[in-house]
Amino acid sequence: MTADPLLKVTNLTKVYTGRPSLVGRMLGRAPVNVRAVSDVSLSVNRGEILGLIGESGCGKSTLGRAILRLHEPTAGKVEFGGTDITALPAPDMKAMRRRMQIIFQDPYASLNPRRTVAEIVGLPLQLHGLAKTRSEMREKVALMLEKVGLKAGQLDRYPHQFSGGQRQRIGIARALISNPEFIVCDEPVSALDVSIQAQIIQLLQDLKREFALTYLFISHDISVIGYLSDRVAVMYLGEIVEMGPVESILARPRHPYTQSLMSAVPEVEASDKSQRVQLSGDLPSPLSPPSGCKFHTRCPLAIDICRQRQPETERVGTGHTAACHRLKENLSLLEGARA
Amino acid sequence: MSDDILLEVRGLRTVFDTRAGQVCAVDGVDVTVNRGECLGIVGESGSGKSVTFASVMGLVRSPGRIEAGEIVFDGTDLRKLSPRKMQALRGRDIAMTMQDALTALNPALTVGEQLAEMLEAHDDDLPRRRGARRAAIQARSVEMLTLVGIPSAGDRLRQYPHEFSGGMRQRIMIAIALASKPRLLIADEPTTALDVTIQAQVLELISKLRAELGMSVVLITHDLGVVAEHCDRVMVMYAGQVVEEGPTAQVIRDPRHPYTRGLLASIPRPALRGQPIRPIDGQVPDLVDLPPQCRFLDRCPEAGEACRHLIDMHPAGPARRARCIRIAVPETEKA
Repeated sequence: MTADPLLKVTNLTKVYTGRPSLVGRMLGRAPVNVRAVSDVSLSVNRGEILGLIGESGCGKSTLGRAILRLHEPTAGKVEFGGTDITALPAPDMKAMRRRMQIIFQDPYASLNPRRTVAEIVGLPLQLHGLAKTRSEMREKVALMLEKVGLKAGQLDRYPHQFSGGQRQRIGIARALISNPEFIVCDEPVSALDVSIQAQIIQLLQDLKREFALTYLFISHDISVIGYLSDRVAVMYLGEIVEMGPVESILARPRHPYTQSLMSAVPEVEASDKSQRVQLSGDLPSPLSPPSGCKFHTRCPLAIDICRQRQPETERVGTGHTAACHRLKENLSLLEGARA
Repeated sequence: MSDDILLEVRGLRTVFDTRAGQVCAVDGVDVTVNRGECLGIVGESGSGKSVTFASVMGLVRSPGRIEAGEIVFDGTDLRKLSPRKMQALRGRDIAMTMQDALTALNPALTVGEQLAEMLEAHDDDLPRRRGARRAAIQARSVEMLTLVGIPSAGDRLRQYPHEFSGGMRQRIMIAIALASKPRLLIADEPTTALDVTIQAQVLELISKLRAELGMSVVLITHDLGVVAEHCDRVMVMYAGQVVEEGPTAQVIRDPRHPYTRGLLASIPRPALRGQPIRPIDGQVPDLVDLPPQCRFLDRCPEAGEACRHLIDMHPAGPARRARCIRIAVPETEKA
């Protein structure tokens, strides 16, 4: 695939500042800073699916939202279709948003319970002036509902009259109706039952083909990511620790965190788990992240340098990068285990 | 009843009266749990898997009620026990852990107080004298937290649930459930709320403790991968009924019910990249006023006219059963 980046993110950082409590302020306590996303660079090529994987609290949703400027980035640059959107004034940003949309995880919380489907899905048309009359709007919404597997006759129903899977279809229709090029899918199938999850994954794939879409697909489920994505980025405590083509990440994960993530997934088919890397302990608090490599507190390979210095991102294969001090030792360990 | 059987449920029917009509959440469910085994219960939301075991625990409250069935635990029919006897048995002989540890634990009591409450209620070996009793409870509590892998247990007993991470809270709930040395642990979606690396730790812990304490475990989950790695036998539930049961490896290798096949085909797998997944069409039927026919009929790719009546469980090989008329046809004639 020739690289044709639709989205380019450079050194993106998002810091949330927590205001101290009243008592805290009287005592002169400093505000608490959480670096939810730290110095992330990535690009998404036109027509591809970049899978973003990580555990809860790693900053993957924040990254997705900072890219769309739903949460303003603290530092760094986001370029979309060649335009730097980080400094775009509000009216231009609004026009840009027609081209970049998001699908949310929770199909219950992300739809206004007091609006009908026609109103919810029609809102982007209204906002971007894409439908001149009410009847044109209803017509377009009806057409879109059929595209996502709902019925045109369901236009005037309310969200509570639909099941979880159907609601997610409504959310997808809302994201697609302004004819965008790029969609952030933020855990769109995590709240759904297995059989419904499969329906939605299939739908997202079909729609991508039909509308020539590009996805940033955020999930904690490596099976879903591995099935869907062209490239994968692995996130841990606000940083991307490994990124590369899906085949290469699945066959030869190089970062110990990626390795442990993959071996922790329970699989239906019996597989060789002799190289299982089981992690001890929990995710450290992002309020006080560990020094050096942030993974060192749980890493089975950690040595002194890991506690002191942050590892550089290194190239480990074609389009495959990883940030770890012990890449070489890890590789020889892996090969030793295989031999 | 054979000596190997710890829990036997026959013809359980649990209903909920709602404004829309009677919802039959569990309809004619049979469960057998052998001593020392791990039984997996798989199903999607609304399949009745949690209600089945809430019924076993005597935890179904109005507007729900058990309409029919026998629940025999170690020779005693639990439905015939007085509420008081049931109270004594619940927690002591059968313990249950819930999916959401944060809501299941009391936020206003320390972890130590919650463990002590369990021990006070169910541990008969505690000394009578107050000082010695308190010391024994403290010692047992530390022992339990250490058992589930919580470091510096003595200090952590004084902490409240919100001071622990999600994985740690799940461990605490398991520690409380196991404090009375139950013979059966019912773990309802113990890892659904947890990240995969933490899920792996908790499941390993349950397996290890099962072996050490010789108890039986019922693992309720929606994740076939979890079942494949941890359960000896599996029961698949759909719309309030058991649709398939058998040894886990066989059920996964050669599923005999179209729903089980559909579930397995629905799991996205990196190995299937580029191939379309074959989801099960449609949705679970409304459990109010179900027509007398196979409940999977509307979603089944293999359904025919013969499926339009009530379907029983059919034998499907050694120790295997499935609720489908098609398995009565030998493999050779199907093609």
